[in-house]
Formats: sequence, C-alpha cells, structure tokens
Amino acid sequence: MTEIVDTTEVAVRVETPLQRFVADFLENRIATGALVVLAIIIFIAIFAPLISPTDPYDLATVSILDARMPPGEVNLDGVPFLLGTDGAGRDLLSSIFYGLRISLGVGVTSGMIALCLGAAIGLTAAYYGGRVDTVIMRLVDIQLSFPAILVALVLISALGKGIDKIIIALVLVQWAYYARTVRGSALVERSKEYVEAATCLALPPRRILFRHLLPNCLPPLIVVGTVQTAHAISLEATLSFLGVGLPITEPSLGLLIANGFEYMLSGAYWISFFPGLALLITIVSINLVGDQLRDVLNPRLQK
Amino acid sequence: MSAFIIRRLLQSVVVVAVMSLLVFVGVNVVGDPVHMLVSPEAPQEEIERIIRDFGLDRPLYEQYWLFVKNALQGDLGRSFVFGEPALKLIVQRMPATFELALVALMMAIVFGIPLGVYAGIFPNRVSSKAIMAGSIFGFSLPTFWVGLMMIMVFAVMLGWLPSTGRGDTVAILGLRVSFLTLDGLSHIFMPALNLALLKISLVIRLSRAGAREAMHQDYVKFARAKGLSEARVVLVHIMKNILIPVVTVLGLEFGSLIAFSVVTETVFAWPGMGKLLIEALHNLDRPLIVAYLMIIVLVFVIINLLVDILYSVLDPRVRIQDAGR
Repeated sequence: MTEIVDTTEVAVRVETPLQRFVADFLENRIATGALVVLAIIIFIAIFAPLISPTDPYDLATVSILDARMPPGEVNLDGVPFLLGTDGAGRDLLSSIFYGLRISLGVGVTSGMIALCLGAAIGLTAAYYGGRVDTVIMRLVDIQLSFPAILVALVLISALGKGIDKIIIALVLVQWAYYARTVRGSALVERSKEYVEAATCLALPPRRILFRHLLPNCLPPLIVVGTVQTAHAISLEATLSFLGVGLPITEPSLGLLIANGFEYMLSGAYWISFFPGLALLITIVSINLVGDQLRDVLNPRLQK
Repeated sequence: MSAFIIRRLLQSVVVVAVMSLLVFVGVNVVGDPVHMLVSPEAPQEEIERIIRDFGLDRPLYEQYWLFVKNALQGDLGRSFVFGEPALKLIVQRMPATFELALVALMMAIVFGIPLGVYAGIFPNRVSSKAIMAGSIFGFSLPTFWVGLMMIMVFAVMLGWLPSTGRGDTVAILGLRVSFLTLDGLSHIFMPALNLALLKISLVIRLSRAGAREAMHQDYVKFARAKGLSEARVVLVHIMKNILIPVVTVLGLEFGSLIAFSVVTETVFAWPGMGKLLIEALHNLDRPLIVAYLMIIVLVFVIINLLVDILYSVLDPRVRIQDAGR
C-alpha cells in the first residue's frame, strides 16, 4: 500500500532541469568529492592572504635562517612550518596558497577569454558557412595539428615575458578548441526548426546567433571549458617551470616547483613535491568534474 | 593517387609558408629586432651598421623575401651566443632528441598495448580498473613534475639511475646513439619513460577500446569455436585489429613527442634540440629560436604529410572523400 503512494509521489513531483542536473551530477561519488576539493581549492585561491599562516613575500617576517626546514619543523620563534620552508626561508604552505591564486587566476582568465573568443568565431563560421567557414576551419585545423606547447613557445618567443603576455598566449593556444566545439554543435542546431522560425521572423543575425544558437551550444562548451582550463593551468605551470612563463614577481605553482629543483639533488624534496601535489590535485579534480559534467550533459547517456 | 599526393604536398607548402610568415612577423614586428640583434651597450654606428646589414631599413615585404631566400639556401642566420650557423647547431642536437622520442615511442607500445588489451579483455577485474585509473593520472600529471619526482626517487633516494645527461654513446653511420651502451641505456631510461607517460596512457585507452570492441566480433567467436587457444585468439586475431588505430595515432603523436621533449630535456639535462631552444629563449638568441621553430614546423608538416599519404594508401575512402570535397 505504502509503495503505491510512493510511486505516485515520484511521478507527480516536477523537477526543474537544474534540479535534475544537480541530482544527476551528485550521483557519482568520486565526482562529488572532486567538486568539494575544487571548491576548497578555489576558496583557498580567493582568500589566500587571509588564511595563509604567514605572508611569504613580506620581507620583514621571512628569515633566511629558516631556509630549507623539513615539513613539520618549528623555528626558533616557535612558528611552525607545516610543509617546511623553501631555499629563502618562506613558509611553503603559504607560498602554495599564493601560488594557487596566481595559477588558477591565469588559467581561468585565459580560459574564459578563449571561450568567448572561440565561441564567437565558431558561431560565425557555422552561421555564415561557405568561404568564411572554410577559412576559419582551415586555420583551426592548422593550429590543432601542432601541439599546444609548441604553439605556446612560438607565441612566447614573439610576445616576451609578463603575466598579460602569458594570458594572451594561452588564449591564442586555446581558442581553436572552443571554436571547433561550438561550430560542431551550432551546425547541428542551425538546421533545427526554431532557428528556421527565428530566421522567418526576420530577426537580426546577431540575435539569432547569441540568443538562439549560443544557449543551445552551451553544454559541450562547458565540458570543453573545464578540460581546457585544466590544460591551461598545466601549460602555464610547464612554461613557468621552463623559465619562459610568468616572471619571478608572479610566483605560480610552476615557478615554486622550479625553485625547488636545485635543492632536490641535496635531498630537500618537499620544496618541489608539495607545490606539484597541489597542482596535481587541482588538475585531477577539474578533470574529474569535467568528466562527470560530460556524462550528465550528454543527452545520449541519459537514462 | 598522385593527384591526392600533389594536393597534399601543395597544402604542406602553404602551411610552411604561413608559419614562416608568422614566425618572421612575430620576431620582427612584435619584438624589436634591433634590440634583439645588438646589445644595448653597442655604439650608435654599430647599431646603424647592423640595421643596414640586416636590411631593417627596408620595407617589411622585402625583409621577408630576403629571409625566405636565405632560408631556402639553408641559411637561417647565426646564433649570437655560439657564433655558429643556427641550422648547424640544431642539426647537431637533433639525433639526441630523435633518439629520445623514438625510445619513448617504443615504450608507449611495449607498456601500453599489453596493459590496454588486458584491461579490455577483463574489464571487471580490479587490476584492470587500476590500470584505467592509472591512465587517468597519466593524462592529468604535469610531465615536468613527474620527471622531478622520478629523479628524486630513482636517482636521489634509491641511487639506481643517473639523474642527468646522456651517458656514453657509440657511433652508427655517423650518428651518435646511446641506447647501445649500458651506461647510455641507464641514462635514457628515465627521460624516455617520462616523455612516454602521456602516450602510454593514450595507447592503453586506445587498445582497451579496441579489444573490447573486437571481443564481441564474429571472427573472434568463430576463432574460439574452432577451438583455437586463448593465447592465439588474443595475440593474433584480436591484436591484429587493434594495431591499425594504435599505429596511426602513434605516428601522428611522434611529432608531439618531439615538441614535448623540450620539457623532458630540460628536466633531465638531455642535450637535445629542445634544451637548446629553452637556452636560446633565456639568452634571447633570436636567430636560433627562429631556426628551431622553422625546423620543427618542417618536421611536423612532413610527419602530417606522411601520415596522410599512408592513410590514403591504407584506406581508399579517405582519398575519395578528399577528391569529392
């Protein structure tokens, strides 16, 4: 008897798409965990100056006497260093918090700009078709036939150093992925009735592009966006490690790892290990969230 | 067939031309060439002489034309730091990089295919799930950090392998290779594995997907029904059909191995052309940077061209589709 009541209740309850999306997403425990970790990382990145035990770039508190202390050590003044200190005596945990801020900042900023740029170009290609489409997609094909790191190195050697230049380089590396994704789904959407109806109403192309086509191309764009952001963070770290990325005044995780490199052979493993671990956790959790988003947003996989 | 090859060849020439233009404009317009060519302390006459010698007072299209003309004659300029032709320096370092990339490619095949096929045949075993989880990490791990950790564990803590350098080499046909000496092998193992990690993950995924698909095909069922041993079914019947996609993808990925060796060579101090590029970037040795980029573009275009042609030989559909476009 109770069972029957239960089933009717389930059938009657109306779910909004957002509720269904959230429920679907939370079904996967690993992805949910990754989302929590990611939220913590973003929190740390935003509030780094408030929650860091010390300010690693405040010359008044950093002492060279504390240099290369192993994790867990306490210095003469009784200040504990949970993850140890680096070669200049900076608290590694605080450095990582500040580094996350820069790494995430650069990765997300460049990802967002590339998303907007790529989406606009991809939509244009799909909407106008013909010669415009051919030229744009040839360009995309040529760029994607070279690995991202190579394109980045070309751009860096032309642009030079600096945080703005790195962001420009990362945007130019990534736009093609977004353009291709948006063009693909926009081509499918374009042939649907609602676009035809909008065209018949003689709506301006800009309105059709951004109000009708774009919202329907968003799901794959969001998925590519998460994966690409992880790539951008990893690429920035790699470039900074190679010494051609961010300048020393913007110590991202890649730079922290590079700094620890010289101490590694003498056994001070923690200076490179912990920033790398932070980078790894960030990238893995973004990728796991992206994977789950792909599964949830893909209508073909819906039960 | 020959029409297809000619068309692809023309496309490649266009790509090289476009890239040379981009690199040239990048160096000469975005950056200040005078600033790159002479040290800031140089006297005024010296600066003017260089501007005249390099034709920097002439219009841009003429400068580009000069650059192309010299490049076609194999003259990509002289390195500021080494004072030698940039092309020669890069060609000297090329064998080390190619050797590293080839060994990494071998490792991707030797480790990747068996693990992937195993995970595909027994998808529900715990060990298979561990392999797949490992491959996810292979995609997510930052290559350079893994390299550092490998040095830390195997060179510093355990002391099994040397951390940097290339080790002893022997000459074969005038090329110095290190995989034939024991010392060379111990030096190449870590960097090659580091470079291969991403490709191993890729091969695992490809061959797992291939094996899972092949398992349910009629020819596999038929081979089983004939009473063939499991080993023969897997090693001959399934393997043959997995190899086609794996080999094509790996062919395409060879170029990216060479590009990524920039990172691995820096971590392991491997004396290849990637390390040369990073040094050149640090020293602002622009002729060397331009030369490296032009050569790597050429390598890429050649690889893509070969893979395309190979594809059309193996799969006639590609040819027909292209002609119809």
